Amino acid sequence: MKQNKQKTDSYYHHLTRNMLLTIIIVSVLPTILISGIVLYQFQISYEEKVHAHLKELVLKNKNDIDNFLREKLDDIRFLGNTFSFEELSDEEFLQNRLKGLQQVYGRVFVDLGVVNSKGVQVAYAGPFRLERAVYTEANWFMKAMKRDYFKSDVFLGLRGLPHFIIAVRENWKGEKWILRATIDFVAFNNLVENLRIGETGFAFILNRKAEFQTKPFLDLIPAREPYMNFLRDPQEFKDGVRIVEQDDSFGHKIIYVAAVLKRGDWLLVCQQRTSDAFSDFGSTTKITLALILLGTIGIVATAFVLSKKMVARVAKADRETELMNDQIVETGKLASLGELAAGIAHEINNPVAIMVEEAGWLEDLLEELELKKGENLDEFERALKQIRTQGRRCKDITHKLLSFARKTDSRIQDVSINNLIEELIMLSEQRAKYSSVTIQADLKKNLPTVRVSESELQQVFLNLINNALDAMEKTGGNLTISTRMEEGNIIIGDHILIEVVDDGPGIPKANLTKIFDPFFTTKPVGKGTGLGLSICYGIIKKMGGSVEARSVIEGGTTFTVKVPLPKPKKENA
Amino acid sequence: MANVLLVDDEVPFVEAMSRRLKKRDISIVTSFSGPEALDVLEKDRSVEVAILDVKMPGMDGIETLGEIRKKFPLVEVIMLTGHATVETGIEGMKLGAFDYLMKPCDMDVLMGKLKEAVAKKRRHEEKIIEARVKEITTRRA
Repeated sequence: MKQNKQKTDSYYHHLTRNMLLTIIIVSVLPTILISGIVLYQFQISYEEKVHAHLKELVLKNKNDIDNFLREKLDDIRFLGNTFSFEELSDEEFLQNRLKGLQQVYGRVFVDLGVVNSKGVQVAYAGPFRLERAVYTEANWFMKAMKRDYFKSDVFLGLRGLPHFIIAVRENWKGEKWILRATIDFVAFNNLVENLRIGETGFAFILNRKAEFQTKPFLDLIPAREPYMNFLRDPQEFKDGVRIVEQDDSFGHKIIYVAAVLKRGDWLLVCQQRTSDAFSDFGSTTKITLALILLGTIGIVATAFVLSKKMVARVAKADRETELMNDQIVETGKLASLGELAAGIAHEINNPVAIMVEEAGWLEDLLEELELKKGENLDEFERALKQIRTQGRRCKDITHKLLSFARKTDSRIQDVSINNLIEELIMLSEQRAKYSSVTIQADLKKNLPTVRVSESELQQVFLNLINNALDAMEKTGGNLTISTRMEEGNIIIGDHILIEVVDDGPGIPKANLTKIFDPFFTTKPVGKGTGLGLSICYGIIKKMGGSVEARSVIEGGTTFTVKVPLPKPKKENA
Repeated sequence: MANVLLVDDEVPFVEAMSRRLKKRDISIVTSFSGPEALDVLEKDRSVEVAILDVKMPGMDGIETLGEIRKKFPLVEVIMLTGHATVETGIEGMKLGAFDYLMKPCDMDVLMGKLKEAVAKKRRHEEKIIEARVKEITTRRA
């Protein structure tokens, strides 16, 4: 029994687990797949958008810087072309030109200088004392002498401050000379420094040697290595821009966007941490993941509750089916036993009739005078009487057996159960008094009538009452009969429930399962036939009702009878 | 006192019962099946009451009762059943049985029923005779 229960429990446990897993897999897997795909697509689009944005920003700044440099070069060229070496060698004149330029551009032009072919600065206008400065060995000078114009890298030079030079080469009387201007580093630096993106994005300019031409943001010196790569690979620039993602020396993933300036001499680089560039995407991803997680938790919780409930229902349905099967088996068993009993009763009736008739014949003969004088006449009479009595007992048994199989009066009529029970209590009261049993009735008023055979129902309750009285014959006690309405369930519709409760010695558990079987009795031989309860069972089953017994040793027995109410007639439409 | 036909397939029962009835001044004829009973009635017109077992092989008590009522309407029939059921009783009564008794039956009860049946039969006969006499006298007059 215990093993069976364990088996059933493990079956329901498996069922719950399978149901739970199925619901979770079917609900969660598609959600995760769809979310993953959408998130991936979104990431690609977002990356494209971020790159496009950075590219546009860098290109715009590149143009601005290019324009700045071109503009300044054009101005110097104009000066060089318009004025002669002599005119510009006049320092006052040169000073005026510088003032003119500074009026237009502010402090962008720091100074102007005229340098002859030997590298000597013949005239100088500006804040430093660089008159007669010699640039023969200066890198910029050597380069400037070879070209029409030249823009230097940023260097410290003689003045010891970062600056760069724009120089124009001119000819005067067969001699080359150079007009050079110094561009203020701060003004130039502002062009780049103002380019700020997000929290970590900034820009700077590098030369071919990967030297910084502008001051990087917060003086952060990025590792040189990545920028060198850009310079080494000029073919990789599409639309003049190259985008690379790499880890920096701190292990942060960085997006680098580079554009060439000064015909490839300089590189405008804009860098931003990937996490910063994708911060919006990151927060969207976090929200999405949180929602998926919450949804999953919700699904799992629902699946858990749902599967528990479903399995509880299945278990209930199984129990009800089992109960119904038990009842079907019980009914079938009783029906076949009933048929057998009826057959036996028929067969026994004839021999008994013959025995009784023969005994009667002997009694008739004993009436004759000569036999009346016999010595053992009393014994003969007693024996014959006994035969007759036992014959009658056989007749009673067979009659009961037959009424178990076929009811004597099966006329169906409206019966008030309360009236019927009150009559039975009145009938039984005398007997109860002798057994010191108090009969109490707890009958719910205004109960509807049932459509059954009255005599059969009477037989059922008389039997139950008699059994209870028999049980309490020696000890005395209380017998309570109660009635009430009860709503229907899967097995039986709306019905009247009758309980016959005694506080007698109770029925042992081993016997409780057999009490409805025919011929089962615990009464002394000759007192009970063992048919009463099985007849009750048959009658109640035929009515579509049920009868059950519960018992506690020394605590009494309760018989619960359920008699179904007639189904309501459909009203004519 | 009365002429009775006892019909039952159980020979020992018929023997015991007929002995007891004879002892009570009943003139008894016996038979062990329905057709045999009909033969006896055909031959012996003095039979007033037939005691008929319901359960018999072949032609059962109810069929035999039908035949008796058809051919010998003046013979009263008491049915003997192994078990008293309302259905068998009602069916027997519908077919004109006088009464039905349950096996094994009390001799005193059976004797009572027999007396009543004979009395009924005789009243019936008297009425018929009266009616006949009346008919004859009116015809003559």
